[in-house]
Amino acid sequence: MSQESTASTAPRKSLFTPFNVVAGVIVLVGLVITFLRFTKGIGAVTNLDDNNPWGIWISFDLLCGVALAAGGYTTSAACYLFGLKRYHSAVRPAILTAFLGYALVVFALHYDVGRPWRLTYPIFLSQGTTSLLFEVGLCVFLYLTVLFIEWLPAACEWLRLDKLRKVLVKLTLVLTIFGVVLSTLHQSSLGALYLIAPSKVHPLWYSPYLALFFFVSSMFAGMSMVLFEGTLAHRNFHELMDETHLEEAPGVVTGFAKACSVVMCGYLIMKMFGLALENKWHYLATGYGVLFLVELIGFVALPAYLYAIGARERNRTLIRFTAVWTVLGIVFNRFNVSLVAFNWQLPSADRYFPSWMEIAISLFVVTVGVLAYRFICTRMPIFYEHPDYKESH
Amino acid sequence: MSIKRRTFLGLIGAAGVTVASTGARAAGNAHFDGYPGSKGVLFDATRCIGCRKCEAACNAVNELPAPAEKFDDLTVLDRSRRTDAKTFTVVNKYETPSGGPVYRKMQCNHCLEPACASACFVKAFAKTPEGAVSYDASVCVGCRYCMIACPFNIPTYEYDEPLSPRVRKCTMCRPRILEGRLPGCVEACPKEALTFGTRDELIKIARKRIEKYPDRYLDHIYGEREMGGTSWLYISGVPFSQIGLREDLGYASAPELTSGALAAVPVVAGLWPALLGGLWAINKRKEKIARQEKREAVENAVARASAEAESKLSAALSKAEVENRRRIEVEVKRALEEAGLNDTKEEG
Ligand code: SF4
Ligand code: SF4
Ligand code: SF4
Repeated sequence: MSQESTASTAPRKSLFTPFNVVAGVIVLVGLVITFLRFTKGIGAVTNLDDNNPWGIWISFDLLCGVALAAGGYTTSAACYLFGLKRYHSAVRPAILTAFLGYALVVFALHYDVGRPWRLTYPIFLSQGTTSLLFEVGLCVFLYLTVLFIEWLPAACEWLRLDKLRKVLVKLTLVLTIFGVVLSTLHQSSLGALYLIAPSKVHPLWYSPYLALFFFVSSMFAGMSMVLFEGTLAHRNFHELMDETHLEEAPGVVTGFAKACSVVMCGYLIMKMFGLALENKWHYLATGYGVLFLVELIGFVALPAYLYAIGARERNRTLIRFTAVWTVLGIVFNRFNVSLVAFNWQLPSADRYFPSWMEIAISLFVVTVGVLAYRFICTRMPIFYEHPDYKESH
Repeated sequence: MSIKRRTFLGLIGAAGVTVASTGARAAGNAHFDGYPGSKGVLFDATRCIGCRKCEAACNAVNELPAPAEKFDDLTVLDRSRRTDAKTFTVVNKYETPSGGPVYRKMQCNHCLEPACASACFVKAFAKTPEGAVSYDASVCVGCRYCMIACPFNIPTYEYDEPLSPRVRKCTMCRPRILEGRLPGCVEACPKEALTFGTRDELIKIARKRIEKYPDRYLDHIYGEREMGGTSWLYISGVPFSQIGLREDLGYASAPELTSGALAAVPVVAGLWPALLGGLWAINKRKEKIARQEKREAVENAVARASAEAESKLSAALSKAEVENRRRIEVEVKRALEEAGLNDTKEEG
């Protein structure tokens, strides 16, 4: 079935690559579950219940999605605000992934909230300004718009809309600053969402500094994701990259590795301070403590060290491995806060575990993202500078 | 310079105003003690016999669907239950170390500063002056953050409703209260384990009972201060933690928990652009200087090079001239010599 549908859409050769077949199957399954979700209700496809109102669609699609899309603001800030011009060729791919990432976050939310057609209510109809979720919603909405405008020049070059492009390029600085402000706000607010539930989140993960933790970790999450995508892109789109991109890439890799290492050390110290200030050391001797230490030592301290070595020895293989490791660590952390530590006091029978259909929808969302990324990269000037627009920025 | 400073102070001021106007009441030391004369209910655990009459009444007055087990079936008390989309209140049985089961009714506590209301990003919840925390399904998006936020695990969701799911919870029978009637459960209770009245009255009643029967009650009114205070209050003869009421919630209200994070918003929004803009300007200047230096360096180099080239050229020219002259001289000399030689030959 999947083969038929893919075969009919594009009559080119070799469509049945393993990637396409797997992606086709996932998309098909996703569509079936989508149908179920909107005809039978959230309860029919998820394991959510009254004690566990948020599952992996929030933990993975929202929390991880937003953190890992942080590459957009970190890269453009490095290039345009910190004056690191050698990162210029990394900006476009990073902006594109961030844009797609946020678009997918919003897309995924349509499955999770009860009445998705009301998702703009908090912005236009009834503003619940005391809610941190309001802040998240508003910032994500605005930032998605910013990312869209930041990405538009690429589309303009593709469609040859020179005038529009000129106007947009002039906005770069303002958009970059606006993007950093919005990112600071909503990256941190995602952590602050849990501030309201001190009785439900395990003390090792609950902290008055949750907002700070989420913000700081989003920085190295975003940069690691840029590194990770770089690896994938170099494997798959190498022929699309121009000389500038290929020349600048190694510099970007070591530069980001160094930055990640520094930020991760800072994060580690902050986490330690968090424990010390509230004197929570004794929790470390419990099962949750082991998990906490695995997260902190295995997925923060270790990669921070590896990044430092990688940057010093210019070992790009090591850096790329570390990037993957860090990305996994971020996923681990977000899952810990929102699923493992959340409702930790409930008896295990009342705890949440995702249904296979929830996982399938998350996979579906990621697949849609990868397909969109491929579509855009193979058509628009992302990895190379358009020859006609080379000198114009 | 001074103007910049003033703008900066202005931003801070604006930030403060925004914080104050967000309604995050707890930003200062202000504490909300509830609307004067607002109603509440006092539950007395020493009186409740677990008959489930309140559950039945609640089901009836709210026109909820009939449950799987009939309300006179008391075996359901053997398992722990919670509220759900079709049940706004349940009575649970707790075996306590002090002997004998104790029953406790569970429903929305109608907090004075409700976590659900503070968390809702469309203001679907409101603390009404009558005391009930109301819910408005017509704006609810269904994000379920209210359920995350409620420390008592009260709000429930219609997960099986595909298109118009609502959050469901006890309404304190607000429609009935507005009509001057008692909440359904209070009216139905055969043991007067539930007392309806203004919150202030209820606290006095509770105090009196505790004073009168110090052996029967613990000296604590649950809900008087928990999570900033609730309109539904509890007194009991056994520790509240033994009848499923958490004693580790603290007295801070929900808005107090988030006010810090909310207050940071205007600060970030005000300071970040200034800082980042400054950073950009510094880098821009640095770049400009670098570019200028580069240009100067290039110019110098070019100048030096051209000067060198010139001198080389002139040297070459002069050298060429010298050589030329030499050649001519040599030629002439040779010619002369030849001529001279001939002369001398001729002479000689
Ligand atoms: S008990 Fe829960 S649902 Fe009821 S008012 Fe308080 S926070 Fe809201
Ligand atoms: S589920 Fe509805 S009532 Fe609850 S927080 Fe979200 S929008 Fe508000
Ligand atoms: S006050 Fe009304 S809605 Fe609430 S538990 Fe009693 S009967 Fe049910």
